[in-house]
Amino acid sequence: MTEVRERTAKGVTAIYRHPLLVRATHWVNALCLLVLLLSGLQILNAHPAFYWGEVSHFDRPFAAIEATTAANGDLHGQLMVAGAKLDTTGVLGASKSGGDQLQARAFPSWITLPGYLDLGAGRRWHFAFAWALVINGLVYLGFALGSGRTQAMLKPTREELRGLGAAVLDHLRLRFAHGEDARNYNILQKLAYLAVIFGLLPLMLLTGLVMSPAMYARLPILGELFGGRQSARTIHFLAASGLVSFVFVHVAMVIAAGPVNEMRSILTGWFVIRREKP
Amino acid sequence: MSGSDPTRRLLLGGALTGAAGASLAGCDKLAASPAVNERLGAAEGLNFHVQRLLLGRNALAREYPPSAIAPDFRANGTTNPDSEDYQQHVADGFKAWRLEIGGLVERPLSLSLDELRQAPARSQITRHDCVEGWSSIAKWKGARLGPLLDRAGVKPQAKYVAFFCADTLELTLDGTGDYYETIDLADAHHPQTLLAYEMNDQPLPVAHGAPIRLRLERQLGYKMAKYVMRIELIDSFAKLGQGKGGYWEDRGYQWYAGI
Repeated sequence: MTEVRERTAKGVTAIYRHPLLVRATHWVNALCLLVLLLSGLQILNAHPAFYWGEVSHFDRPFAAIEATTAANGDLHGQLMVAGAKLDTTGVLGASKSGGDQLQARAFPSWITLPGYLDLGAGRRWHFAFAWALVINGLVYLGFALGSGRTQAMLKPTREELRGLGAAVLDHLRLRFAHGEDARNYNILQKLAYLAVIFGLLPLMLLTGLVMSPAMYARLPILGELFGGRQSARTIHFLAASGLVSFVFVHVAMVIAAGPVNEMRSILTGWFVIRREKP
Repeated sequence: MSGSDPTRRLLLGGALTGAAGASLAGCDKLAASPAVNERLGAAEGLNFHVQRLLLGRNALAREYPPSAIAPDFRANGTTNPDSEDYQQHVADGFKAWRLEIGGLVERPLSLSLDELRQAPARSQITRHDCVEGWSSIAKWKGARLGPLLDRAGVKPQAKYVAFFCADTLELTLDGTGDYYETIDLADAHHPQTLLAYEMNDQPLPVAHGAPIRLRLERQLGYKMAKYVMRIELIDSFAKLGQGKGGYWEDRGYQWYAGI
């Protein structure tokens, strides 16, 4: 990888951290993930239950969102995971979803695309943006691997891995690297980005393909690898939850570490590492 | 680069929150727009062509051992068509029932259930994937559609096979609420494409489409029409129902359901 460009003006030193292609693919990726999440929950609303194995054992799902009617006629929503039940009325299982009264609905309208129930439309959004995500991801990977950016910026050193515990503690205390130390990603950033790029996102794609009956016919070995179609569907949801968790932490870290500098770097490429005191 | 100006930070935050709110409200408008849906539908063509390319015509869906047969196979959609004609067929055990194969063929066929049982058959234990997300496994036996079509002699201009069913999901005056489906000739000739008359070694139950249902193993359940009464070879499905190629397709589902 070529040297990182650096410039100093009026006592402010900045490095050119993200080239245009990385910034563009980052935002396309963010948009795709948002649409995929909302349309995915729309699809999930058609059968909000998860199973392990090839088929659905309808009487014993691993997890399910249900609507129940109490003796007095009130609608309740509940989340069941591995036998444990949690009342989620108002959000999961039963929500007002734009109306005045509670209605049976696994995920509420404000988190599905479209907001109204429409499985066909949800699938159309989901598959269109899945293609966009994959093409965008391949463009990014081709550039990042080809230019040596991945190796230079994300490959953890042995020393960093040894300091993993200390890095976790620093983050929990919201102590972040500044100045010269912020020139490179820290070990937790590296591991998180690696896990998303080479772990969760490929996992989403592969488990998604297993759910396609046509792709399953082409690659039955992939289905077996994940333990069957229903297992793949469950893993698809768990990996999506992992991505949502990542985004929450990612955004929280941006805010904690200095939102203006961070946002500037992902919009213009320039990341400030040093300011001279006047 | 006066990056740490707090008012600017607040303004930026406010603008972002506002934009997010506005876009959420606009989502449904966008989602309901025909132009947007047409654009999104382009991916459906991509799915079809890429999967056809990857699968070829004859890659088989996975088949399972008898131990994999599910005890709780769900019956979706219509589970007992209420038309008088159909109920009469049920009452006399489908003795008077005949399957018509017509349209763009050289020799239209009319087959009784017994005659259909004499046709080249296949048994398979396969997984049924519902568009809703669930899966189940059953054993199916039925007449292979390909050889039946060969017997009828498909005319060169035929492109699709249409299945007309005894069940009406939505009551309408013009009959557009009647269940129907269409598949292309490549899928019709696939070795696992059957007109199934047995499920788990028993005559196909009414809930699952008696006397015959289509098995199209590399696509989702809604393609596999139940209660099939008549088959027609056609060159276009534009004039059937609302023109999208099936009951559910007319209501927004994808014609190609391999994904």
